[in-house]
Amino acid sequence: MATQTTPQTARQILSEAGAPVVMFDHVRLAFDEKVVLKDVSFTLIKGHTKIILGASGSGKSTALKIIVGLLKADAGVVWVNGQRVDQLSEREMMPVRADLGMIFQEGALFDSLTVRENVGYKLYEETDMPLAEIDKRVEEVLGFIGLAEHIDKMPSELSGGQRRRVAIARAISFRPSIMLYDEATTGLDPITATTVDEEMIKLRDLENVSSLIVTHQLRDAFFVAEHMARRDPSGKVEIVPATPQKERQAEFIMLRDGLIIFEGDADSLRASADPYIKDFLS
Amino acid sequence: MFSLIERWGKHAALEVQEYVRLTGAAFRGVFTRPIYRHDIIEQFDLIGAGSLTVVLLAGLFTGAALASQSGLTLDQFGARPVVGRLVSASMIKELGPVLTALMLTGRIGSGIAAELGSMVVTDQVSALRALGTDPVRKLVVPRVLAGIFMAPVLTVISDFIGILGGWVIARYQLQVNSGLYWSSITKGLYMQDVWMGLSKPFVFGFLIVTIACHVGLRTSGGTAGVGKATTISVVAGSVAVIAADFFVTQIMIALLY
Repeated sequence: MATQTTPQTARQILSEAGAPVVMFDHVRLAFDEKVVLKDVSFTLIKGHTKIILGASGSGKSTALKIIVGLLKADAGVVWVNGQRVDQLSEREMMPVRADLGMIFQEGALFDSLTVRENVGYKLYEETDMPLAEIDKRVEEVLGFIGLAEHIDKMPSELSGGQRRRVAIARAISFRPSIMLYDEATTGLDPITATTVDEEMIKLRDLENVSSLIVTHQLRDAFFVAEHMARRDPSGKVEIVPATPQKERQAEFIMLRDGLIIFEGDADSLRASADPYIKDFLS
Repeated sequence: MFSLIERWGKHAALEVQEYVRLTGAAFRGVFTRPIYRHDIIEQFDLIGAGSLTVVLLAGLFTGAALASQSGLTLDQFGARPVVGRLVSASMIKELGPVLTALMLTGRIGSGIAAELGSMVVTDQVSALRALGTDPVRKLVVPRVLAGIFMAPVLTVISDFIGILGGWVIARYQLQVNSGLYWSSITKGLYMQDVWMGLSKPFVFGFLIVTIACHVGLRTSGGTAGVGKATTISVVAGSVAVIAADFFVTQIMIALLY
């Protein structure tokens, strides 16, 4: 007797633990003669972290821009939250972007707007949410990243690290379930970079946000992969070394000349015998 | 040599294609939602009120110089009293629209290209897109609307101030009676002249702003690229204004005279 199964919708699948939220399937992109991504495939699992490593020009940032629709792949298929996005028009991409938060290199804050206006930009401009609610959300988000006292400053009055954290606040203000970090800590001193790393960890572990991190800062990559955030009984958030199970939820990808040459967890990356990877990690 | 010409031709065709695509997108953005009203009002203020000083000064001195020069020429025919007619015709039909447009190219065109160019090279335009905002609707449409509608307003003001500057010279340097000056203006002014003078700035305003937006949004190469974009915007905008002046003049002559 044939069994009848109920077809699962993308929404149902995505609501389950272990669901793929971003999928790259044999993606290729070239600018004129220069091939940036040759044949790249990977999957980001819900609530997990994928860290893309590679030298400058290896195509790391390009991969993020393809996911958010800022660039179109020449070939291959890209899925975001169960929707195929590689052939969508700019207008059709807008609903997909509603669940994607992206941090750009240098933050890309709007320099003519205050911190409040930057953080609440999407809510002020693209939603019908009442102003009082938006203000409350902006204050809540800035409090989460510890910059509440800077709410009325202009971006030019902030330090580099504060600008990156405001950029994170802007990206999470509308509660996306996927965060894309493009060199979020590049150019920052180690102490400031750690504060940004901790924000990424808090978002992942406390807000269950899936993270795709592009970086060539190994220290930050391993810090995010090997730490986790938790609340102590008093409700205070602390960053502690990750459990082995949590560590396995952070996977590394190494890109070289538009190809993935490594995919695995932090321990496997450290143990890799590939001369290029060993050289990169040294 | 052939490949060089071919490359230049392809590059030029690509620029024209992208320019047409941008103006098409801006046109659609004017009539469809979302419309960023706050940005539109802000740009009307920046482009309109912000350009008033430079337009006033340019108009005043142009009218005064024109009256001074015309006085010398008219003296040869004993026609000094009709200096007002010459000043008004020149200002309304030609100098007012063109000089105002050139002033706007320098002030507005360069500013738009630099602002949008900076936003592009610092990823602010990409950030806008990632946050779900169409940069054409947010950045281009308000500027195009402000350019199209404020250029004619500024031109009318420039025309009037130019004629006023001409009157100062006519009255105190050329010793022409004020009544004679103003009556020669009203007698010598035809509706065709007014239509010609009013139609040009709509075209010029559109060209200046769309060229500046196009150049700004295609900026690449960091801060050096922003400087280059600013220069291209002013040069291309000025040439476009002067070329469009010729074509609009021909069309209006064929239609009105």
